[in-house]
Amino acid sequence: MVLNIDHDHRRFRHIVRGKIRENLRKYITHGEMIGRKGRDLVSIPLPQLDVPHFRYGRNGSGGTGQGEGEVGQPIAGGNGGNKGDGKGQAGSDPGQHILEVDVPLEELAAILGDELELPRIEPKGAATISQEKSKYDSIRRTGPESLRHRKRTYFQALRRQITTGTYDPQQPVILPIPDDKRYRSWSTIQQPQANAVILYMMDVSGSMTDDQKEIVRTEAFWIDTWLNSQYDGVEVRYIIHDAVARTVDEDTFYHTRESGGTRISSAYKVAVDLIRKEFDPAAWNIYGFQFSDGDNWGEDNDQSLRLLAEELLPTVNLFCYGQVESPYGSGEYIRALKGRFGDKHDKLVLSEIEDKEGIYKSIKAFLGKGK
Amino acid sequence: MATVTHFEPLPSYLADIQRQMEEYARGYGLDFYPTIFEVVDYDQLNEIASYGGFPTRYPHWRFGMEYEQLSKGYEYGLQKIYELVINNDPCYAYLMRSNHTTDQKLVMAHVYGHCDFFKNNNWFSQTNRKMMDKMANHGNRVRRYMDRFGVEDVENFIDACLSIEDLIDVHSPFIKRNADKPKYEFKRADEEEFSPVAGRFAAKHYLDPFVNPPEVLSAEAERLRKERELEEKRPTGPARDVMKFIIDHAPLKPWQMDVLSIIREEAYYFAPQGQTKIMNEGWASYWHSTIMTRQGLEPGDVINYADHHSGTMASSPTRLNPYKLGIELLRDIEDRWNKGRFGKEYEECDDMRQRRQWDTGAGLGRQKIFEVRHIYNDLMFIDEFLTLDFCRQYKLFSFSYHEDTDTYNIESREFPKIKERLLYSLTNRGQPIIQVREGNYKNRGELFLEHVHNGVDLQINYAHDTLANLHRLWARPVHIETQIEGKQTTFSFDGSEHKTETAK
Repeated sequence: MVLNIDHDHRRFRHIVRGKIRENLRKYITHGEMIGRKGRDLVSIPLPQLDVPHFRYGRNGSGGTGQGEGEVGQPIAGGNGGNKGDGKGQAGSDPGQHILEVDVPLEELAAILGDELELPRIEPKGAATISQEKSKYDSIRRTGPESLRHRKRTYFQALRRQITTGTYDPQQPVILPIPDDKRYRSWSTIQQPQANAVILYMMDVSGSMTDDQKEIVRTEAFWIDTWLNSQYDGVEVRYIIHDAVARTVDEDTFYHTRESGGTRISSAYKVAVDLIRKEFDPAAWNIYGFQFSDGDNWGEDNDQSLRLLAEELLPTVNLFCYGQVESPYGSGEYIRALKGRFGDKHDKLVLSEIEDKEGIYKSIKAFLGKGK
Repeated sequence: MATVTHFEPLPSYLADIQRQMEEYARGYGLDFYPTIFEVVDYDQLNEIASYGGFPTRYPHWRFGMEYEQLSKGYEYGLQKIYELVINNDPCYAYLMRSNHTTDQKLVMAHVYGHCDFFKNNNWFSQTNRKMMDKMANHGNRVRRYMDRFGVEDVENFIDACLSIEDLIDVHSPFIKRNADKPKYEFKRADEEEFSPVAGRFAAKHYLDPFVNPPEVLSAEAERLRKERELEEKRPTGPARDVMKFIIDHAPLKPWQMDVLSIIREEAYYFAPQGQTKIMNEGWASYWHSTIMTRQGLEPGDVINYADHHSGTMASSPTRLNPYKLGIELLRDIEDRWNKGRFGKEYEECDDMRQRRQWDTGAGLGRQKIFEVRHIYNDLMFIDEFLTLDFCRQYKLFSFSYHEDTDTYNIESREFPKIKERLLYSLTNRGQPIIQVREGNYKNRGELFLEHVHNGVDLQINYAHDTLANLHRLWARPVHIETQIEGKQTTFSFDGSEHKTETAK
């Protein structure tokens, strides 16, 4: 049964989409705005989608409650950080609510793509085994009887009878003639069967602080979202390194802090190994994302750059290096990269991320190549 | 296209229960309009609830938002709507298909309480009892406007209207302070002084044509007439019914005026429900528990009933449950009037032992609560019947917000403070009192509102947004005077920027 509410619900979703688009930059730069992340849904807090009214603020507000407790005892927290948002009025529920809407990741990716004007990725040669899929989405005048669209057919017949003046409201009999028949029809969609793997590499030496990791995590969320929307199956691998490197799970990736020095080549070696063993470049679209504050042991640079040039770049679709500004790091490495590969390189993207605000630009730089 | 929702007839076992419950309810003297129960699925119930009970209401995204929240709450198992009753003649009530039979009995008993309250409580006496039809009619009108003027435009306009939907005068249905159209045109008080020969100088009759040339006189008369017309167009205040003021004086197109009138009419329809939440829920709960425990329960129902009833009555420290507060206060009143614990003699007795044993066998309890349900609204109800003894027994306290810790803390367990907080939260349905001070501010047709400040400041960002919406209706600069942190403050919006002026 079609409910009246479906229409209003669709309008609401439409408005939500618009709001997300409007605030996308904020969501991108402040990763914490994105709430609980499910398998294919994210919760996005949307303040102030409600209709504004004159209402009481919280200053001097209060109410009546029931139960045990001493005078002065706190009974409920406010809503730290969101002062003044949400509903609630003096004397009623002190809990303040922010509207959270669930948005499918796919939809979020589409918005991201539109907003950042990201080109669709063209999966590389050999791996582009596309699969055809049919979708019934249109109407034709010919077709097999089993696909006849009853409603449209009768609608067409009614239309014809009215225009030819043979429709009699007193005796509303509608008789379709063959010409009135309408059939469901499909279009064929090419669905790329390509697979992709994302290799995240991060420096976890002492000079990378939690702030920098937060930036990395936020960027990774958007990169995952986008690449997931472009490929059928996306594998993700995490590599951390200081002077030595190893593969870890996602949680460890973001929460490890080592005190050792920094040898970027160690991470590259692990990545190269992984590609050799598991991800045949002929069958996989490989993405490398490296985040570091730019510190490297000077004598390691040669080896790093050589590995990158000879082993990694030939196999990957795209290699992105994001240098996160840190109070401790020297920021040296990006200069070494520029010196070796120049500013423009087909497969290599360099980006310096000064702070959270820089994430937006960085994502656009990384994903804007359409590789 | 509006579809009228058709429901199937009540299955026979529910029809039997209905007959039974109705009989019990009438047996206690409850008096209600015919009541029609419909069985619906959870998504239909969520839909109906999103529309405030009216599945044929006008379309607007905010109902979709409400639906999203209700559905999510239901899917996550956080909330479930058990009953929904519409104040209408006949009353409509909805039952959720998946509910247990015990729940259906309980809900029906509860619903008859509400229906009796709708019909008999004075504050509902001015509501439209054919609202089902009216709302469908409103829905059709708005849809027609959407067809003609575009969905976006109409919906955006509704957004602006909704911003002021609470700015009505809840007492005006009774006192007709702003009668919709004056029945008789009386002369203005200053009409007498206004004569067509105004501006005439005294002169001898042979000089008159020269001192008072006829063409000058008639030009002067014309000027005065125009001025008076202009005067009438320049609205003045004060007016409590801000919506009405805007309908009357804002430069709205006919369809806009109609949409705003629709929203105002619906606001007045819903207003008594906001004024009687505690009493209405208390009354319905009182009757479901009376009927169920005395007649309705079969042995197999007891556990389910107890579980559901206690769930409904659960209270939390941060929120007074209106069901609980209402039913307990009604029971307290019944008990007091049964035992004669009222009147001068009882009030003046300060011997605690004597008070505790007080029982004159007056037996007036039932009669009293029927009287209460007829006359009172929440504000009057609490003011009159919330007692010190009651506060102690039910461990009530007042709480307040502390900015430094960003928490709500227990503020006091003293009776006057608790009562004050409670009354405060019920005043004007818990919303700030806003009225029009002037509709021709600075003699430039600007709208000036005032907030009758009584202790709590307005929320500033919301005030700004509301002003912006108000400006869309008034089309001239709008202002509101209030107090922020003790200082007289005026917020203004002229269509492009917000201004805040604070008195020193």
